[in-house]
Amino acid sequence: MKPCAFDYYRPQTRREAIDRLIESGDDARLVAGGQSLMAVLNMRLAQPRILIDVGAIDELRYIERRDDHLAIGAATTQAELLEYAALADELPLVAQALPWVGHFQTRNRGTVGGSIAHADPSAELPLCLATLGGEVVLETRRGKSRRVAGADFFQGVLTTARRPDELITEVRFPLKREGHAYRFREVAMRHGDFAIVALAADIGESEVRLGVGGVADRPVVRTLSLEGDLDDALNHLAWSLGAQDDVHASAAYRRHLVRELGRRLIVEAPTFEQQAVEESADARARR
Amino acid sequence: MNTEVSLRDEQSCSLIGKRQARVEDEALLRGLGRYADDLAVPPGTLHAAIVRSPHAHARLKRVAIEAALGLPGVRGVLTGEDVKRWASPFAVGVRQPMEHWCLAVDKVRYVGEPVAVVIAEDRYLAEDALDAVKVEYEILPALVDPEAAAGDRETLLHDAVGDNVVNDRHFRYGDPEAAFRTADRTLSLKVRYPRSSCTPIECYVVVGQYDAAEGGYDVMANFQGPFAIHSVMARALQVPGNRLRLRTPADSGGSFGIKQGVFPYVVTMALAARKVGAPVKWVEDRLEHLQGASSATNRVTTIDAAFDGEGQVSALCFDQLDDCGAYLRAPEPATTYRMHGNLTGAYAIPHLAVRNRIVMTNKTPSGLNRGFGGPQVYFALERLMQRIAIELDLDPLEVIRRNLVPADAFPYRCAAGALLDSGDYAHGIELGVEHGGLAELRARRDAACREGRLYGIGYCVAVEPSISNMGYITMAMTPEERRRAGPKNGAVSTATISVDPLGGVSVHVSSTPQGQGHRTVVAQVVAEVLGIAIEAIRVDVELDTGKDAWSIASGNYSSRFAGAVAGAVHKAALKVRTRLAAIAAAQWRVEQDDVRFAEGRVFTLDGAHSASFHRLAGATHWAPGTLPESEAGGLRETAFWTPAELTAPDDDERINSSLCYGFIFDYCGVEIDAVTGQVRIDRYVTLHDAGRMLNPQLVDGQVRGAFAQAVGAALYEEFRYGEDGSFASGTLADYLIPTSVEVPEPVILHMETPSPFTPLGAKGVGEGNNMSTPVCIANAVADALGEGVDPGAIELPLTPSKVRTLLGIDEPARPEGVGEEPADAAAGGGSKLTASDSVEIPASPRQVFDSILDPATLQAIIPGCHALELTGENTYRADVTVGVGMIRARFDARVELSELDPPHALRLSGAGSSGMGNADGAARIRLSEIEGGHTRLDYDYEVTIGGKIASVGGRMLSSASKMIIGQIFSRLSQRVSGGRVRQPLLQRLLGRFGKGGGKS
Amino acid sequence: MHVRGDERHRVTFRLNGRERSGRAEPRMQLCDFLRHELGATGTHVGCEHGVCGACTVLVDGRATRSCLMLAVQADGRSVETVESLAGDEEMNDLQRAFREHHALQCGFCTAGILMSCHEFLGRVPDPSEAQVRDMLSGHLCRCTGYTGIVRAVLEVARARQQANRRENDACSI
Repeated sequence: MKPCAFDYYRPQTRREAIDRLIESGDDARLVAGGQSLMAVLNMRLAQPRILIDVGAIDELRYIERRDDHLAIGAATTQAELLEYAALADELPLVAQALPWVGHFQTRNRGTVGGSIAHADPSAELPLCLATLGGEVVLETRRGKSRRVAGADFFQGVLTTARRPDELITEVRFPLKREGHAYRFREVAMRHGDFAIVALAADIGESEVRLGVGGVADRPVVRTLSLEGDLDDALNHLAWSLGAQDDVHASAAYRRHLVRELGRRLIVEAPTFEQQAVEESADARARR
Repeated sequence: MNTEVSLRDEQSCSLIGKRQARVEDEALLRGLGRYADDLAVPPGTLHAAIVRSPHAHARLKRVAIEAALGLPGVRGVLTGEDVKRWASPFAVGVRQPMEHWCLAVDKVRYVGEPVAVVIAEDRYLAEDALDAVKVEYEILPALVDPEAAAGDRETLLHDAVGDNVVNDRHFRYGDPEAAFRTADRTLSLKVRYPRSSCTPIECYVVVGQYDAAEGGYDVMANFQGPFAIHSVMARALQVPGNRLRLRTPADSGGSFGIKQGVFPYVVTMALAARKVGAPVKWVEDRLEHLQGASSATNRVTTIDAAFDGEGQVSALCFDQLDDCGAYLRAPEPATTYRMHGNLTGAYAIPHLAVRNRIVMTNKTPSGLNRGFGGPQVYFALERLMQRIAIELDLDPLEVIRRNLVPADAFPYRCAAGALLDSGDYAHGIELGVEHGGLAELRARRDAACREGRLYGIGYCVAVEPSISNMGYITMAMTPEERRRAGPKNGAVSTATISVDPLGGVSVHVSSTPQGQGHRTVVAQVVAEVLGIAIEAIRVDVELDTGKDAWSIASGNYSSRFAGAVAGAVHKAALKVRTRLAAIAAAQWRVEQDDVRFAEGRVFTLDGAHSASFHRLAGATHWAPGTLPESEAGGLRETAFWTPAELTAPDDDERINSSLCYGFIFDYCGVEIDAVTGQVRIDRYVTLHDAGRMLNPQLVDGQVRGAFAQAVGAALYEEFRYGEDGSFASGTLADYLIPTSVEVPEPVILHMETPSPFTPLGAKGVGEGNNMSTPVCIANAVADALGEGVDPGAIELPLTPSKVRTLLGIDEPARPEGVGEEPADAAAGGGSKLTASDSVEIPASPRQVFDSILDPATLQAIIPGCHALELTGENTYRADVTVGVGMIRARFDARVELSELDPPHALRLSGAGSSGMGNADGAARIRLSEIEGGHTRLDYDYEVTIGGKIASVGGRMLSSASKMIIGQIFSRLSQRVSGGRVRQPLLQRLLGRFGKGGGKS
Repeated sequence: MHVRGDERHRVTFRLNGRERSGRAEPRMQLCDFLRHELGATGTHVGCEHGVCGACTVLVDGRATRSCLMLAVQADGRSVETVESLAGDEEMNDLQRAFREHHALQCGFCTAGILMSCHEFLGRVPDPSEAQVRDMLSGHLCRCTGYTGIVRAVLEVARARQQANRRENDACSI
């Protein structure tokens, strides 16, 4: 389990990284924290000729509160985000979900941008981004950049809207909205495992944005009316995901969780708020 | 709460039996351990990587190594041809014409089977060359299910045997037929025990060397024994035992039986070293380990009981079908017979019938795994005891009590021959009930059930055998065959104590410890006997078959250390003491019996004489002339010990399969989350009677470790195989070992009934919870699920999905037009993926059909196709780089268009292989004309994926193949229409939901 | 920084407080570099895909899987391994507590666990048992059932807290 040979670049600036990326073409892979890519390299499931390490680019490591969103530099580690003091106030959903991302040892190196770029269908950060309606900022040659809505960014298993000549520079999560409640729930085989089903909810007065991870080939978000027949809507959502049997769970079980946990997440607020409080307290304590 | 309650008598003044921090720990905690991969290797050592089969069953047509030999740093490739030239197949424990070579020679029979070894200057370079070894396979149907394999005469693992059942034995003890005939009640239960393994964190390591001058091999490996396997290795290498020097390192990163399975690689790397004329080192990686190292046998058991209205069981009937995988690797079928003498468990059941069948399937060969046969037996027996209680509407604990071997019956001869050495089982249950808080647990259950929660209590009693009789393995043979082969029995343990000229005491044992702390206990025993400080003793546990005292029973298995090895140490220490006492008595002119040993001194009780231990012992080196005539000088004593009770199987097929039998009483309360099906262990109580405890801290450590592994086996761990034999548990994110969050703290209780058969009264304690805990949890889950659930459906591991499914998922209907019809209702996936979709193309069916047949179009629509070469009518060879996201591999593929029905239908099939694995698929395509002269293209496909990608990428395969196949048709549409493309239906739907527009 | 794939390059970092260097191809895993180039074999390798945690070391003070990091990525940084914990004479409090509580058996996973605990106790000086278990869940131990490890970490945290309080009390006098 050793990687194949590759050239290694460690640019100091994003400019340099993008130039290198364009120059290298299809042979290159970007690495930031490497918490997914390195395992894939060790297993030789990827055999790039060139590795471009953007993990050392200081200008991509920041957390900035802006008008309506929190802007996170792509190379910011998951641990740094978890340690951001206002996280639970500004992004309560992310504060709840982040402790479910791997383990503290992997969050120490794993980056926010890396998780978004990798687009694992079970991953928590893509789910939060899609649920909250966040954005991914991509930059290419000559400083040209574009923004892609989280919902459009994830295009399938490990597949995103990022073009080969683009670097993810920033991830933007909309700030907590007044009067909204945010809840996260995940069922995994063990603590820190890939989600069998992960649910993220942004609950407003009359409607809820419910995101589902771990079932379809990407996070799927749907807006459900709180006035309509919730059970019916959840069943509709559950069946629309194309759930598959795998070694850990059946498709029927996944649909069941989407329906039942989805309903509890939305309706049975007190229990989960309690859970959320505990989890964010836990997260804070981990700093 | 305090989780350890000791009910033993404190032997306060003695070192033996004392809680003693381990002498091993400081080196390990400082990072100074000497594990196999930490040791220096000879200059010029090369490194190996192994080419393994991606197929479960295939004929080996050709192994081409030329390309690999040309790569940088590659020094040689070992293949089956070399192996046939220099070695023999491994000896097999049943009389059948089946051959197991260390590298495949004719067929491959499981995913991960070694086919060739690349030897290069470093491991990275060796792995670089793996893909360059081109292996041609002719794929054969694979057998995965043991029952199907047992009934299959068409597909055979080993053709010459003529059957996949390679051993079929019947046994009867007492009069089981009459007991069943006359019983008030009978009950039958069929259960399946899955494949799992205790998976040590350190994998296999082997360094092989060949000495051309001597014609011998010198191999260092983290092999754990039994050293009976040394003979198997030496014979495979075609050398006498003294030309295979096998050395084991001082430290091992865990084994739990699994490192017995390194032995084929000892032979392989010995031959690899011979091939390249240099030492060769191989370090197994985790992917290799999970797919190809070893596994417990999975078993299908039908168990029947005859009993009366009070729950008194008079007879049992076991029908056991053991799946040992692709080869019967020594010492298998030992899993089946390790428990044979004590199949009746802790119960006095006089009549017994047994049928044992060994079946071969296309899975990794099975081998030693902590618990070894116990988990499988108790899963059947203790599930059945619970069923009897339910059947009679009795308390399960009451049924257990009524059948226990009575306290006054010890030593008790079980129906099948086990001689239960000592115990008081009924008392153990009383202690467990009282000190474990059963009454409170029952109250918790009742309260939970009143609230409508799913809470259950499970029980298990077990006898824990230890110190295996080397003769039990011959139970696979008939009495006639055994007579011809000559008797096999016993369990020789060894210990050597030497005292150097400065009085330093060194001890050697051949128990090859794997982390349990043998050095500490050995030091405790020797310190006590010789009256010296533990710190003054050095214990050496490296084993060198070329230098040390060892025998076939040497090694670390069957929990033999405390009873047998510590006993041999005690005997060796007594020999040293006796000699020293004689020397002192002669010098001081006192009676030998008056000489005492304590606190580093040798003295007489009256205080008249005293000498330091080192001075007295040193005299054997410095001044042998001053010693009594009986003294030869020097001081080194080796003790061999084998218990008389371990006799060979008799003609009535009775076998005392182990020397000692500890007692375990477990119970637990579990709660099931009614929504998620997750099982939470509320409290787990485990009572052990392992005879005299030599070091209670280490005993508790063994109990906790075994318990944690058993929690894994009960709730998380399983080696999963697809129907085609592909392996689906290739990473530690797929094979799920419980972490600190999943393992609760058990309440541990002890009692001590010393064994009359071991020198120190100790019995083994290492494996008990591996045997008792899985079924105890299963019984609790069954209790929580209630009577509506089919008892045979309680199968391990009890994953949330499985448990919730047992509760019944009352699924609302699929709304019209949403999602897809579920392809296959069975949970668990597998490697065969099927799906269907459609795409609309703005061109006529004729145009579409013709385009597909056009090679240029075909090349353009296959994602990542670099080159397409026509090889026959509508058949092509393609060079394709395909994948999703960062995961990509280059496939050498064959593409075929067939079943042409222009312009309505055709079949597009392809198969390819790469270093990443292989894929084989076909899509049936139907074209129909729709509005505007356009075409609707419907396709359904079936893809089988094998090799590495199936082992490690299971959870993404379905989505990934859907995406890649979808790309073929969207590209087709794009090409035909010049860009005006409509997305497949599902993607459109997903896209819509993704944008949040589909408010319902 | 640019290094070619087919060549070995000098990699230099502070290992346990001392500057060390060796040669590595860009693809060489940090764990292999530590063990086989620098001879720091106290760090073990258990899965090479970031799950088991045996190879955990501290990089710039942060617990890191050394199998998921390249040696070249550590260039110029600070790496701490299990060999850094003990003094010449005595093991540190965490190591002693591990021995006291029988928190190891085979010891193969122990180095990584010690390094995680080392960072964790620095950040969370007064952890609950749940927090300790959460932190440990990034490690697989096959021998101990984790009980001894949890107890050792909690005990060290308690003892350090007490020592701090005593120190503070002494200062305030």
